[in-house]
Amino acid sequence: MTVPRAASWAFHEEDSQQIRGVLVDFLRDASARTALLVDRAGQMLVTVGETPTFDPTAFASLTAADFSANDQLARLLGEPEFGALFHQGEKESLYLADIARRVILVVLFDNRTTLGLVKLRMRSAVSELTTIFTAMFARQAGTTSQVDAGFVDAAEDELDKLFGA
Amino acid sequence: MSLINYASREINCKIVYYGPGLGGKTTNLEYVYEKVAPSSKGKLISLATETERTLFFDFLPVDLGTIRGFRTRFHLYTVPGQVYYNASRKLILKGVDGVVFVADSQIDRMEANLEAMQNLYDNMAQHGYDLTHLPFVIQYNKRDLPNAAAVSDLDAALNPGWPVEDPERQKVTPDPYRAGAFLVSEINGVWVERVPTFEGVAVRGDGVFDTLKAVSKLVLKTLG
Repeated sequence: MTVPRAASWAFHEEDSQQIRGVLVDFLRDASARTALLVDRAGQMLVTVGETPTFDPTAFASLTAADFSANDQLARLLGEPEFGALFHQGEKESLYLADIARRVILVVLFDNRTTLGLVKLRMRSAVSELTTIFTAMFARQAGTTSQVDAGFVDAAEDELDKLFGA
Repeated sequence: MSLINYASREINCKIVYYGPGLGGKTTNLEYVYEKVAPSSKGKLISLATETERTLFFDFLPVDLGTIRGFRTRFHLYTVPGQVYYNASRKLILKGVDGVVFVADSQIDRMEANLEAMQNLYDNMAQHGYDLTHLPFVIQYNKRDLPNAAAVSDLDAALNPGWPVEDPERQKVTPDPYRAGAFLVSEINGVWVERVPTFEGVAVRGDGVFDTLKAVSKLVLKTLG
């Protein structure tokens, strides 16, 4: 079986710090609780603000599915995309926005703020994050990210332990 | 596409179980969920109809623990097998790192198997992925049923192989999972590559871990 090398992308500390800076400012300005970044394949990248009480892995997979399903709904309507989604709860609400077609920004907020303020502040945050991620993906295009030597062997050993040798 | 998150020291890989309706994809995940230690698994999420048919997907994260400083997880997804849920199926393939095709061994499901396999190739191609260049294994499920087709017939239909053009890879490669079988071999002057296959009875767990372990190891190799 053909196994390609390093079909992966990397999220580095320096990118993370820059992105966290944008999200911290946004949360303060919007009076929102938590901001999360999830990639379109359903993997959590960053969480900023109050630590969520829910399972972040499950949340990330459902967010990506939610956004992808709505993308298809938009196309059925003849729209290129729904750039943002809003889910309203009694106490907690979610606002989701696309970043560079690869990442989803999810904002959790409650009645300490308003949808209007969140939307208003999100515009500049989305714009800044789009610039950062676009540059990051351009920088990584054509390159491969690989793990340290020894990782694969160690991981295989763990697989054998988990599922039986 | 697997993600190496240096900021949070995490590696996540996505494995998708594909195949015809009622073939046993969800059953594979349910068995993994039942048998894996609680510390190594997350929540099993099923977006299903009221009759427990998969509507959108099932999702189960499996945690390998921290390896060389990276918390390493496999995200297992199933797709809905029923033909008319193709839009949902396609969405789940986004960012896939490895595929398990769960075939239904029953003779009267051969047509459904072939249709699902063709659909898999088509949907992968629409994402720009080439299934012949990704970690991919097949599980022949329901081997316990009296009307199960012979493995050789399932191989001929679902795993005929594809030509190997690269001269460096034109060498006989035994199948590590099946004695006497080959993943790469020369047939009538043409070099052909097949994918690993596993016999399974998912309801009682036969072949479930073997299948998952094989595809997981192939995915890991793409990282190194």
